[in-house]
Amino acid sequence: MWKWLHPYANPEVSYHFTGKLIPWFAVISAILLTVGLGMGLLFSPADYQQGESVRLFYLHVPAAMLSMGLYLGMAIAGLTALVWQMKLAESSIAALAPVGATFTAIALLTGAAWGKPMWGAWWVWDARLTSELILLFLYFGVMALQNAFEDKALAGKAASILALVGVINLPIIHYSVEWWNTLHQGATVSKFEKPSMSIDMLRPFLISLFGFAFLAGTLVCMRFRADIIERNSMRPWVKALAKEHN
Amino acid sequence: MAFDSFSEFLNMGGYGFYVWLSYGFTALLLVLLTLNSKGKDKRIFKQINKRLKREEKLKQVAKRNAKQDT
Amino acid sequence: MQLSYRRAFSTILKRDLVIAFRHRDDILNPILFFIIVVSLFPLGVGPAANTLMKIAPGVIWVAALLSTLLSLERLFKHDYNDGSLEQLLLMPCPTFVLVLAKITAHWLITGLPLIIIAPFLGVLLNLNQDSYVALMLSLLLGTPVLSLLGAIGVALTVGLKKGGVLLSLLVLPLYIPVLIFATGAIDAASMNLPYNGHLAIIAALFFGSLTLAPFAVGSALKVSTN
Repeated sequence: MWKWLHPYANPEVSYHFTGKLIPWFAVISAILLTVGLGMGLLFSPADYQQGESVRLFYLHVPAAMLSMGLYLGMAIAGLTALVWQMKLAESSIAALAPVGATFTAIALLTGAAWGKPMWGAWWVWDARLTSELILLFLYFGVMALQNAFEDKALAGKAASILALVGVINLPIIHYSVEWWNTLHQGATVSKFEKPSMSIDMLRPFLISLFGFAFLAGTLVCMRFRADIIERNSMRPWVKALAKEHN
Repeated sequence: MAFDSFSEFLNMGGYGFYVWLSYGFTALLLVLLTLNSKGKDKRIFKQINKRLKREEKLKQVAKRNAKQDT
Repeated sequence: MQLSYRRAFSTILKRDLVIAFRHRDDILNPILFFIIVVSLFPLGVGPAANTLMKIAPGVIWVAALLSTLLSLERLFKHDYNDGSLEQLLLMPCPTFVLVLAKITAHWLITGLPLIIIAPFLGVLLNLNQDSYVALMLSLLLGTPVLSLLGAIGVALTVGLKKGGVLLSLLVLPLYIPVLIFATGAIDAASMNLPYNGHLAIIAALFFGSLTLAPFAVGSALKVSTN
């Protein structure tokens, strides 16, 4: 497997490889999102308690799952960057952070818009929403640290360390927030349960989850490529590419 | 089909505002991020080209100066 | 030459304490900040004794977080600026000894005074009679965690010109579990409930960060000094 992976450690090879992936990912995500969200909006049944507002589920839950998954991916990239000194892993952290932060923001906004009709308030200090908010802060921290360094190589290493520290803390933060929430459970908050998933809901949900995942993949690949050429801007192959773009 | 008419679809059983607000926000954020990501490598190529041009100019000036000196 | 860990530790600890006592404002200012922030709350919220009693644990702990944050920068900044940090990193002993010594010094200078001052601020905020022991114990176990986690943030930002605001952005989210369990312990004590569970969790956080944070700080310092 190492022999097979080895060539992709070369920035030029992975630049061209991800370039080939992008159109495929984009088309797959467009198809899956159209089908999944279309099924969710038009054909899936309304919830007997939450009515039609349950159609937010197909946005909120995939976004929340991806926001956590992308952070985990970032931490794995950080570990790779620190242990195997792989420069490309640093590029992928730079690419993953803004995409993950956007999905976190989407999860927060859709959560607020779902909370207003269900709870009667735009923001409720619910355990899941609070965890998402803190996750957003962690993403902002990684992005801010990365932008603060002039030297790209240093920025990558610092961001790797922070991503690892963050991922160790994330479960601790998550469980402490959950515990805190059960302690301070207000009387007015009627906790809304996870809709019990029928097959009619599961199908559009899974399709849109994969659609969003492929969309995230497309965006990450785009940013990854941009970061590679920024880091390698002195290399002849990048200069040649730049002349083509003139 | 869960809805009988288009206006019912827009209304979303009274939750239309919240549902469409969320879908709108999501679409807006993702479109912005896509545009930003798509333009990023072009911006960087532009910077590299600018730098290359500047280097080229400096080289020519240095050459000219060297000629004048001899 | 191999320095024994204990000697290296005590030498650096002594050095940092001596330097700190020569710059007394650095010790005093965060404590003054702590006192002033806490005394602003009654002015903002109103002097009703019941409200103050309710918010006291949270206010004292949030103020403690902020004043620790203020004092964090001096953990490595002076040494970085005059170049002695690089020399210290070259010492013939593992980095975590150096890091632990510096963090211990930092805690002695900023954490310990907070613990001593906190009961007086509790009086100002009309803290519940039964909560004082819990307040002291939670601070005793919690402030070292703040120093340890904060050191990671400082080590990452020490090489930057404008590290101050960035530091708070990096460190404050990591402080949330300590804040939650510490205030939980004080609240439980005010209701005469057992709070040793909360303290046990803070102690677990302390030992976890004590074992892991020095390594993160060490590698971050290597990145920053480059």
